[in-house]
Amino acid sequence: MAEEVKLIRTWSSPFALRIVWALKLKGIEFETVLEDLASKSPLLLQSNPVHKKVPVLVHNGKPVSESLVILEYIEETWKEKPLLPEDPYEKASSRFWAKFSDEKLLPSVWTVFISQGNKQEEALVPALENLQFIEEQLEGKKFFGGEKIGLLDLAIGWMADMVSVLEEVTGLKLIQEDKFPLLSAWIEIFADVPEIKESGAPREKLISKFQAIRDAYAATK
Amino acid sequence: MGSEILLLDSWVSMFGMRVRIALAEKGIKYEYREEDLRSKSPLLLKMNPVHKKVPVLIHNGKPVSESLNAVQYIDETWKDISPLLPSDPYYRSQSRFWADFVDKKVYDAGRKIWTTKGKDQEKAKKEFVECLKVLEGELGDKPYFEGESFGYLDVALIGFYSWFYAYETCGNFSIEPECPKLIAWAKRCMEKESVSKSLAEPQKVYDLVLILREKFGID
Repeated sequence: MAEEVKLIRTWSSPFALRIVWALKLKGIEFETVLEDLASKSPLLLQSNPVHKKVPVLVHNGKPVSESLVILEYIEETWKEKPLLPEDPYEKASSRFWAKFSDEKLLPSVWTVFISQGNKQEEALVPALENLQFIEEQLEGKKFFGGEKIGLLDLAIGWMADMVSVLEEVTGLKLIQEDKFPLLSAWIEIFADVPEIKESGAPREKLISKFQAIRDAYAATK
Repeated sequence: MGSEILLLDSWVSMFGMRVRIALAEKGIKYEYREEDLRSKSPLLLKMNPVHKKVPVLIHNGKPVSESLNAVQYIDETWKDISPLLPSDPYYRSQSRFWADFVDKKVYDAGRKIWTTKGKDQEKAKKEFVECLKVLEGELGDKPYFEGESFGYLDVALIGFYSWFYAYETCGNFSIEPECPKLIAWAKRCMEKESVSKSLAEPQKVYDLVLILREKFGID
């Protein structure tokens, strides 16, 4: 039976992008269904009735939601080119840091970029602390996954794209090379991986989008 | 050499209960260490420097934090005994999705019930019951969430049952009329020794909640 793999996503969602990367790295053919979140499609509402969010992977008609859950599903369904280590402890470690990225790191970095003045100064403290934790995870490694890209690289991969865009929009250099040498090096080699390079959202479009978001936040003060 | 397993936990934590249940299901012997969360031990701070929270499972000196993570670790390390996650990747993804739902929705909604009053509390009760109804829909007529056997999603949710009495009493409402199938499921789970020995006593949970409410000046 032919495999039918659909990915419901938006053009800019970093959570969806990590799924694109996983599918490409595993060499899985898939169809992209682009969503307009202001006007959600019946397919999305049917496939993710609980959260009504992207991304959703639909495999042979069966939907899987929540990006980290989707990544594990992809890993377990298409076993070639594994993204997770075999060892349960190493797996647990990848999962822990992937969750940390979503629940703490990304929100703290985001807060820095939508804040102004004093609030931004305050927001920097947790963001830098979280970045330091991640920096330490790269000790002695090329990728978070070791010699090769792993699930954790995909989970943290939003940094490779989004941070430089956010830095340009705000004029604030968050990941300074002298403070975060390992992270800075990782961002470069991660972004250079062919499957990653060819998948990014258009930079100019991202810049416009984030500029608009930042302006909107500033206007609400 | 026997493997050394230590669990840093708090008796009242519904997250800690998950790990206790998983260990009990697999028949694993371990040392339980109660943490005083107002005065965290150096070991806890060393083993979970990022979140400084319980539970932390320490296996041969190596820590695994975050309860669902620890449950998966236990399931994968002792994979030949009482598997908790189903074997099919699609069903595994569904279990993980719903466990994530429990973490994202049930905990916060429940917490708001005992930490607020008036309109906020009414809103929290409504949200909480709605979440439980969604889960009840997922359960359907099955004995357990994954079907015939007790599994991962049951483990993820059942600890909250020990807090239901506290939520109901603080919020002055009853869960059973709203979610009869879910309560039946909970009672079924409680018939398992791994669950009944791991859950805190509802009355004791409520007593603690009263102390905390006073401390936070909620009443």
